[in-house]
Amino acid sequence: MDKPFAITLDVGSSLANKTGTWRTERAVYVDRLPPCNHACPAGENIQRWLYEAEEGGEGYERAWRRIMEDNPFPAIMGRVCYHPCETSCNRGQLDESVGINSVERFLGDEAIKNGWTVEAAAPPSGKRVLVVGAGPSGLSAAYHLTRLGHEVTIHEAGPMAGGMMRFGIPKYRLPRDVLGAEVKRILDMGVRLELNAKVTNIEESMREGGFDAAFLAVGAHISKRAYIPAGESAHILDALSVLRGMEGEERPMLGRRVVVYGGGNTAMDVARTAKRLGAEEAIVVYRRTRERMPAHDFEVEEAEEEGVMMRWLSTIKHADEGKLLIEKMELDETGFPQPTGELEELEADSVVLALGQDTDLSLLEGVAGIEVEDGVVKVGPNMMTGCEGVFAGGDMVPDERTVTVGIGHGKKAARHIDGWLRGMPYEPPPKHEVATFDKLNTWYYSDAPRTVQPQLDPIRRQGTFDEVVQGLDESNALFEARRCLSCGNCFSCDNCYGVCPDNAVLKLSDAAEANVNGYEIDLDYCKGCGMCVSECPSGAIRMEPEEI
Amino acid sequence: MPEEQIKFYQAGSFAVGNRLLPPEQRSVQARAERSNSLTSGHRACQGCGEALGARYALDAAMRATEGRLIAANATGCLEVFSTPYPESSWQLPWIHSLFGNAPAVATGIAAALKAKGRTDIRVVGQGGDGGTVDIGFACLSGMFERGDDVLYICYDNEAYMNTGVQRSGATPPAARTATTKPVGPEPGNVFGQGKNVPQIAMAHEIPYVATATVAELRDLEHKVERAMEFRGPRYLHIFVPCPLGWGSASRDTIRIARLVKETGLFPVFEAEHGEVVGVSKIRRRVPVEEYLRLQRRYAHLFGPKGHPEVIARLQGLADRNIRRFGLLADEAEAADLPGPATDAAGLPQGEPEPVRSLEEDTNLTRLLIETHGSPR
Repeated sequence: MDKPFAITLDVGSSLANKTGTWRTERAVYVDRLPPCNHACPAGENIQRWLYEAEEGGEGYERAWRRIMEDNPFPAIMGRVCYHPCETSCNRGQLDESVGINSVERFLGDEAIKNGWTVEAAAPPSGKRVLVVGAGPSGLSAAYHLTRLGHEVTIHEAGPMAGGMMRFGIPKYRLPRDVLGAEVKRILDMGVRLELNAKVTNIEESMREGGFDAAFLAVGAHISKRAYIPAGESAHILDALSVLRGMEGEERPMLGRRVVVYGGGNTAMDVARTAKRLGAEEAIVVYRRTRERMPAHDFEVEEAEEEGVMMRWLSTIKHADEGKLLIEKMELDETGFPQPTGELEELEADSVVLALGQDTDLSLLEGVAGIEVEDGVVKVGPNMMTGCEGVFAGGDMVPDERTVTVGIGHGKKAARHIDGWLRGMPYEPPPKHEVATFDKLNTWYYSDAPRTVQPQLDPIRRQGTFDEVVQGLDESNALFEARRCLSCGNCFSCDNCYGVCPDNAVLKLSDAAEANVNGYEIDLDYCKGCGMCVSECPSGAIRMEPEEI
Repeated sequence: MPEEQIKFYQAGSFAVGNRLLPPEQRSVQARAERSNSLTSGHRACQGCGEALGARYALDAAMRATEGRLIAANATGCLEVFSTPYPESSWQLPWIHSLFGNAPAVATGIAAALKAKGRTDIRVVGQGGDGGTVDIGFACLSGMFERGDDVLYICYDNEAYMNTGVQRSGATPPAARTATTKPVGPEPGNVFGQGKNVPQIAMAHEIPYVATATVAELRDLEHKVERAMEFRGPRYLHIFVPCPLGWGSASRDTIRIARLVKETGLFPVFEAEHGEVVGVSKIRRRVPVEEYLRLQRRYAHLFGPKGHPEVIARLQGLADRNIRRFGLLADEAEAADLPGPATDAAGLPQGEPEPVRSLEEDTNLTRLLIETHGSPR
């Protein structure tokens, strides 16, 4: 300072005083893993696509494209997924979880309506991949491999594509035009599909077709049998052939009184199908109690609404023409059902067994390195079987057997196959910390109860295979999307920018274009009070100690 | 409340901004071009509620007057931390007065502007609770009485923080101050003293009186804008937590301001010409303990040697406010309110403990009133 002693100084701004030096902790923007994303078997970035959908209008297409990065079946998923995302949704602890599934369905239907398509993202690699099975997992792998630049051929043993989505899930849950549209979109990308082309020996098929790698997803199509002592004329069928028969010309003959044996989702599907085929009575016989039933609650509820009856704690002792002998069961201390010796008769024209499925692994016979355990093929963390270059997923590998899990396997396998083909093993990015409920400041979210999807009146469900659960329209889909709390991810609410007593949160002007978090902490002035962290609604900021 | 009309279910209208809102509906604080009347580099403590409240209020006033604004500022924390010679954090014309005469200085500025025919330029007088409630009280009352065209803003942090946490006429009962403990074994401020300046201002029948907290930005900005629509004396009383003086965590400043309103201890309302025209309803009612526990100035009320009877008395004051100002949403409106009580992260969820009303602990309250005089 070159002023003489004892003279008035010029006015200065306090900006000269860098209060950031006071700080012992700093605020850092983070990207925590929303619980929905964490729970999604298909690895969708749900929070992110809801964020796009919240804008409405053109945001819907952006949202749909976000889904398509992970899952080629939004319209199907929006109908048949058991949505573990909603079970884990933080909003469930506030009022009700966000109807993620219904928004996904809306977006999927918009895409079909408007004919949105997806292009391959990578240049052609010149590599050829054989996919065995055109079910959810195989189609998902074919889609992702095509996007990654590989040439894909699918060999499907059956007469139509779709696998369990077609032959296992009834029409009233998944209309076939929706299934057809989403499968066609994948085929239109250049995937070759050969129908009625069962692969009997994988090594031979690969050699003959000149394939560099294979992804097996043959599913589990063989119904498990249980030994039921039966008279000669007892009419016993298995669930899958009944459901498969629904896709053919001749509908299965079940009679007026149908008994379904089993307690899973397939048992519910068959019982509800039987009702629609005109059965007066459809009775589910299950050895344990409702609480122990593997079927999802909503399936049981919908079945009951449609007049399906349940016989808990019962087993079939003997089957004869027109009647069954049922034995009462009781659960022992370990929860295992034990016979009581108490018998009763039940009239039944047919018995359908829905006791689970096995997988047909004959195509792998004699292949070196393949390991089979409990009827399924063992795969490594990269989805590769013991045989180099042969990957597998879906119902034929050990995991939960749902469409979504299969789709997830397809994506995961595609990434690893791509890495394997290019000689650069795929490294999944590290998972972020999960944005649990305690990370949120829920004060800022208004109360907004979930939108209920309309359902087809039970009386109208009896004779028809019309879709039971109806979709959302634009206005309520937008409302539902906006209920998202955006857990762990910035959604530009400006709270940090507003609540900083030191104006040390900067709002970046080009953030909208860059589509990134639009704020930055000005460390010159941030005193480290932590107010932005405690007032961030979505838990997207964290305090980190300064190195002193 | 008029500012609650925008309903966005994701962040509601409670957050500062919302990317989905059209620009004209965004709060002043959400705007990149806000004036930052109090800029960075000020020496307020970490998490200072007063610095935040001053920026909220003055930015809104700057926007309402299109930048034609002059401020007169009483001595106190706000003046000390913002203007260490020769620096200033103020980005508007700003005059430092004595501790006790900010309203009179503001009057003078308004008179000078009137004499010069520049009534397009508006005047704000501001100070802390000490400078307003106690030392500057006569000047303030005079300003009201004369009808001067000044918006006076009191940033209430419930004590003289600048002089080392000293009791003021706005210090609430039972709150401990560092330098001004009452005679006797207990450190808390006595019941039955102090002044309610918003109500005294209303008694002057001035055009506009309002209270606000730093936890409700939209409400605060609305009140500043509304105040600028009137000519004549107006009074705005803003509740601003002080982490240093109250012994609270710096990150909890807004949370505490939110809780003081949700308990009913600080009624948030607005009044025109002496009549209350609107109150900010309680959204998720909580017992006073939740508010008190976050602050060490109330620590003596808790623990094995605590004073549940004092807490009950404070609850009585909150319940009285709730009754007096009608702070609970009525049945029809209540249906619109969220279910479970969940405050900021870290607070337990679930139903708040049932709140005892004043009627229920009448015996105790009567006894305390008989020995200490009636609560204000």
